[in-house]
Amino acid sequence: MRAEIAKLRKEYPEPRSIVLPALRLAQEEHGGWLPPEALREVADALDLTPAYCQAVASFYDMFHLEPVGRHLVEVCTNVSCALVGAQQVVESFESELGCRAGETTEDGEVTLRTIECLGGCGWATVVAIDERYRLHVKPEDVPAIVEELRGAE
Amino acid sequence: MPSSRQIVLADADERDLTKLAEYEATGGYRALAKARAMPPDAVIDELKASNLRGRGGAFFATGLKWGFVPKPDQLDKPHYLVVNADESEPGSFKDNEILSRVPHRFLEGCLITAHAVQSQNVFVYIRGEYTGPYEILVAALAELKARPDVRGDVSIVVHRGAGAYICGEETALLESLEGKRGQPRTKPPFPAVSGLYASPTVVNNVETMATVPPIVEMGGAEYAKLGVPNSAGTRVVSLSGHVVNGGNYEIENGMSLRAIIEELGGGVPGGRRLKAVIPGGSSTVILRGDEIDVGYDFDSLLALNTAMGSAGIVCIDERVCMVQLGIRVSEFYEHESCGKCTPCRVGTRWMTSILRKLEAGDASQADLDLLVGVCDRINGKCLCPLGDTAAMAVASYVEKFRDEFQAHVDEAGCPFGDSSPLRGVLAPVATHGHSREREWLGAAHA
Repeated sequence: MRAEIAKLRKEYPEPRSIVLPALRLAQEEHGGWLPPEALREVADALDLTPAYCQAVASFYDMFHLEPVGRHLVEVCTNVSCALVGAQQVVESFESELGCRAGETTEDGEVTLRTIECLGGCGWATVVAIDERYRLHVKPEDVPAIVEELRGAE
Repeated sequence: MPSSRQIVLADADERDLTKLAEYEATGGYRALAKARAMPPDAVIDELKASNLRGRGGAFFATGLKWGFVPKPDQLDKPHYLVVNADESEPGSFKDNEILSRVPHRFLEGCLITAHAVQSQNVFVYIRGEYTGPYEILVAALAELKARPDVRGDVSIVVHRGAGAYICGEETALLESLEGKRGQPRTKPPFPAVSGLYASPTVVNNVETMATVPPIVEMGGAEYAKLGVPNSAGTRVVSLSGHVVNGGNYEIENGMSLRAIIEELGGGVPGGRRLKAVIPGGSSTVILRGDEIDVGYDFDSLLALNTAMGSAGIVCIDERVCMVQLGIRVSEFYEHESCGKCTPCRVGTRWMTSILRKLEAGDASQADLDLLVGVCDRINGKCLCPLGDTAAMAVASYVEKFRDEFQAHVDEAGCPFGDSSPLRGVLAPVATHGHSREREWLGAAHA
């Protein structure tokens, strides 16, 4: 991470600007969330305090301050997706995964959550699987997606 | 009559314009060479002549904005061009498509703009969720970096956001780019004078940037002939909701909203009746289904007290309960409020709570009046437009569908029963995992 941060330093006039990219890197290195030691690493690398890094991280929905599953399933439930059945897609994921939206499966494999507009409204329902969009997802597509996740290394 | 017209997305159907060579083969980067042969002020004049107005939502005159930046001899600080690619307005997904299909036209626009405002530093702030467009843009940028003859001495850095709607507000975006919580700043000073790192900064939208090369190429006066007065040129509009062919369509401004929905979008599926249309993203005042014989342009929509906004057109059919729509929209703004201004932070929560009472059948007549009152108490009382637009949008649902809201009071419940497609989608923010609200409200909200 330090090598990446050193590279980023050349692109920004002020090191504080690197907080968001650094938190993203730290989250990737720590299994998808930001434990206290991750915040400390970012703080040390940028000469900030862990409290500052936590204050920034807690503002943004993509930073997780609690553990998440190995895979992240995010279903857009904003207006356009909701109008064409996003709720049924959420419910289908809930029954296939055996956990509620906002929770992680018991084996720690998959976290399911709803999310605000992903910017794919005309291709609803949009689901982000590990930050990659699937478009036009229907409830009947969900079992195959879950099977794919369960089988993925 | 204005109709479909490809300017921003020109040639993208025929060729893979994500490749620099393909883009150059269509005349790409020629406008950049033309602009660099002109003095910066002459490029600004060309933009003024084009009557281009910002495509992010505020519709501010682009050439005028560029002209506000102090000249290097007036203020000895670096100049920044910051591109707002934090597209997050519910209903809008045009910048997603523009970045994914014409990244070089976008980058060319950035380089022309940098020349016009005399900047060597460009930052593109792209929303964190846009992994696909980000990778396409970075690949295009890598191609450009290998061509110093085209890029010149301008640095372009793509900066990824991390999930916050408010960062689409320009001063919140600048805060976020400086490594802070994305909370809007007090204006003035405006970014043109004191923006990124307290230096002169132009903040422009993705589509605005992608429109600059064709303007320079054809000349401002020629571009100004497209569209209708006060809304020159084309717009990439996003169609979604209850429409057969959802997607992005580039139109000449002034095309009729009915033609956009019925001819381009194929109308409402299943022969159902169009009940309402959100014309420019969820922040805009709603139109009834019988109000769509209107030009899709600034003046025509203003006459109906609404706006093109970020051009996200959401079609809503007759099955939808407008109170449920209000809850969904209000909860979104409640979740995304940065918390800085009390009327927005607390007011959006009140809006949601009263709407929920209405939907549950627990609301009295006074609650309905209170809802309108709360909207009024948010409007115009905050630093940025987030609260305003939430309040105006919800107030417009009440105003235009008053009978339906009244029926929720009179019948002590939702007259739609289980037939509204939005049923069930009433508590999504509780399932976002973690949220800003929980920081203020504790477990009570979760």
